[in-house]
Amino acid sequence: MSTDNKNKAPDEVETTGHSWDGIEEYNNPLPRWWLYTFYACIVWALGYSVLYPAWPLVKQATPGILGYSTRAEVEKEIARFDEANAGLVQELEAVELAAITEDPDLHNYAVQGGAAVFKTWCAQCHGSGAAGVQASGYPNLLDDDWLWGGTIDEIHYTVTNGIRNESDDARYSEMPAFGRDELLEPEQIDQVVAFVQSLSGQDHDAALATEGAVVFEENCISCHMEDGTGDRAQGAPNLTDAIWLYGGSADAIKYTVENARFGVMPNWNERLSEAEIRAVASYVHQLGGGE
Amino acid sequence: MMWDYVKMALFGVIAVLAAIAANYARDAAYLVNALTIMAVAAGMFFWTVRSTGEAKPVEEGEYMDGVVRAGVIATCFWGVVGFAAGTFIAFQLAFPELNFDWAQGYANFGRLRPLHTSAVIFAFGGNALIATSFYVVQRTSAARLWGGNAAWFVFWGFQLMIVLAATGYLLGATQSKEYAEPEWYVDWWLTIVWVVYLAVFLGTIIKRKEPHIYVANWFYLSFIVTVAMLHVVNNLSIPVSIFGSKSVQVFAGVQDAMTQWWYGHNAVGFFLTAGFLGMMYYFVPKQAERPVFSYKLSIIHFWALIFLYIWAGPHHLHYTALPDWASTLGMVFSIMLWMPSWGGMINGLMTLSGAWDKLRTDPVIRMMVVSVGFYGMSTFEGPMMSIKAVNSLSHYTDWTIGHVHSGALGWNGMITFGALYFLVPKLWHRERLYSLSMVSWHFWLATIGIVLYASAMWVTGIMEGLMWREVDAQGFLVNSFADTVAAKFPMYVVRGTGGLLYITGALIMCYNLWKTVTSAPAEARAPVAAPAE
Repeated sequence: MSTDNKNKAPDEVETTGHSWDGIEEYNNPLPRWWLYTFYACIVWALGYSVLYPAWPLVKQATPGILGYSTRAEVEKEIARFDEANAGLVQELEAVELAAITEDPDLHNYAVQGGAAVFKTWCAQCHGSGAAGVQASGYPNLLDDDWLWGGTIDEIHYTVTNGIRNESDDARYSEMPAFGRDELLEPEQIDQVVAFVQSLSGQDHDAALATEGAVVFEENCISCHMEDGTGDRAQGAPNLTDAIWLYGGSADAIKYTVENARFGVMPNWNERLSEAEIRAVASYVHQLGGGE
Repeated sequence: MMWDYVKMALFGVIAVLAAIAANYARDAAYLVNALTIMAVAAGMFFWTVRSTGEAKPVEEGEYMDGVVRAGVIATCFWGVVGFAAGTFIAFQLAFPELNFDWAQGYANFGRLRPLHTSAVIFAFGGNALIATSFYVVQRTSAARLWGGNAAWFVFWGFQLMIVLAATGYLLGATQSKEYAEPEWYVDWWLTIVWVVYLAVFLGTIIKRKEPHIYVANWFYLSFIVTVAMLHVVNNLSIPVSIFGSKSVQVFAGVQDAMTQWWYGHNAVGFFLTAGFLGMMYYFVPKQAERPVFSYKLSIIHFWALIFLYIWAGPHHLHYTALPDWASTLGMVFSIMLWMPSWGGMINGLMTLSGAWDKLRTDPVIRMMVVSVGFYGMSTFEGPMMSIKAVNSLSHYTDWTIGHVHSGALGWNGMITFGALYFLVPKLWHRERLYSLSMVSWHFWLATIGIVLYASAMWVTGIMEGLMWREVDAQGFLVNSFADTVAAKFPMYVVRGTGGLLYITGALIMCYNLWKTVTSAPAEARAPVAAPAE
């Protein structure tokens, strides 16, 4: 690797003397900067492999002088936050749910932590802004229309045990499939749909609705109540407002009456800690509709 | 004659077996693939019957260029298919409505993405490599391709592999291994094709009349040999049924992941780097009409590249279940790989010293220079991204997509375009290209397209990396995943636009090459003879 040719123009260098299909090759030396950078990279690589876990031996790899491990780094970082938050976590687990708002520091911690839990576990269905998915069965959590109750205790119960899942403590209710199971005649279904539309003041066929009132009274009031305002104890929606979980068009209501709906939410007590559940309940409670 | 009868029997048996397989097929992909094989075998059977006994023209004195011409056409065709698929899925990411309801299960992003990657890497890139390697090895060895029609078998066998893989993807057959999605029987077929490819290439080198093997051929050979090894090991799997497409991998867990990324990284290293360096080492000095800058550099950087590349795969698995020691080795080998990679860039660029004026007048040279420039940029970016601290930000983000595309669109695409512009007039005996100004248009559209693509992906990649890791003072996550997706929208539109420019350039190239073949003035036909055998 002579440096004699360093300052010569390429034309002054000789070729190797071979020619392939007219292509020749100059005998230029390796560019110095290239060679020394290559050496530097090799030296750096060797040095790094001494400092960090690198060379596999018979039983285990060399641990490296610095004793570094990816897992330990992450654990260290998690431990740092856990330690910093330990007091607040203990307090959050112990305090009465309704009293969380009374301590500004605790409430702030619960809401921030709850927001993080929400973004990780809840946003998939309820949306990252908690507005749900309209007309698709994922409730909007920003309004004050609650299926199972909007106090912090009710929200906490819902998050903990979920809805219509395998858990024994899950909130449970089931609307009959009036059409599919032939509990109502097709014309009765059209009548009751018209009546339900009338409850929330939508345009409807008045004649059908009059007949539908009878159908409603005979079949629906045990859950949705005589005035159609629903019953939170059974998760039966209020039919008199303009908020619809599965859509309020005649077609959507008819589909619901015929086939019923069966919205499911997981019980989070198997995946989240009590503090996390309380945090996310606090977060949802303060979004706007909390009672 | 005897050989014709053997072939007829072979094609007949394959057609019958494929029909039986189609009859018992357990899934749609297998059924369609079996029917495809049956149709091809039956077609070959009748073709062989019809041509039996006809005198075949003997062209032993000349280079075998028919298969190279076919490869050039296939490269253009699959290039456009692959670019179109890529542009479409880029817009699917920006506008999810393009995952049409009526096409669910066939043309949604998940089905089309492997179609895009396989079409550009294997169909476009693979055909370009096979075609140019056949051209280059004949010229630089002064010998006709070894093995007679074996080269044609390689060409058509490779096209069949592409068709089987692509239709399989759309119908749901996949091993779920990136860049190795085709199922077991397609893998077996590719193995056969590849071994014949190796035999043709090596056979030609062995019967060469030049005393030494030209550097381009070292690179091509290393590409062919290593891809064979990678392909076989990464596709070790056991079919669930001989009549179904599904198979089960032999390796499991982190071993499987490591095997996959040993393969995946070296697919980049030997398919997209070594193979295309072979292309560069022939077409750049030819187009520039200058000697290669340094023989010494080429030999040192070749062996350093070959030795170091094969160990760098673990950097794809930083911060996973992979043990720290493997992660470290993947990273330090990637850093050491930086200069060996750049050796190719230096040799490419410095070959032009003394001919820089050609950049002004020859858009083909310009294309090659930009290609080598993007090669240098990607081979710097790659080692940088392999550093754990950088990788903790860049991993799983669009930065990786940007990195891959500045390499693929910039380096692989542009050097291939340059080679095609060089080859077509030679292969079809034309004096010159139909239009140099169209080449200029192609050059600028492609370059601007790549810049839009890469910069959009840098922005979204770094942005989403930062958003993902952002925690507040109490250690809580600040952004949800959906927030990061929403934030990327404008850059996704820019990326798609870059793709549109790139494919527009490629379409202009296809038109220009077509007109070159049909309308450019013919060259006084010089004998393209190889020296007598």
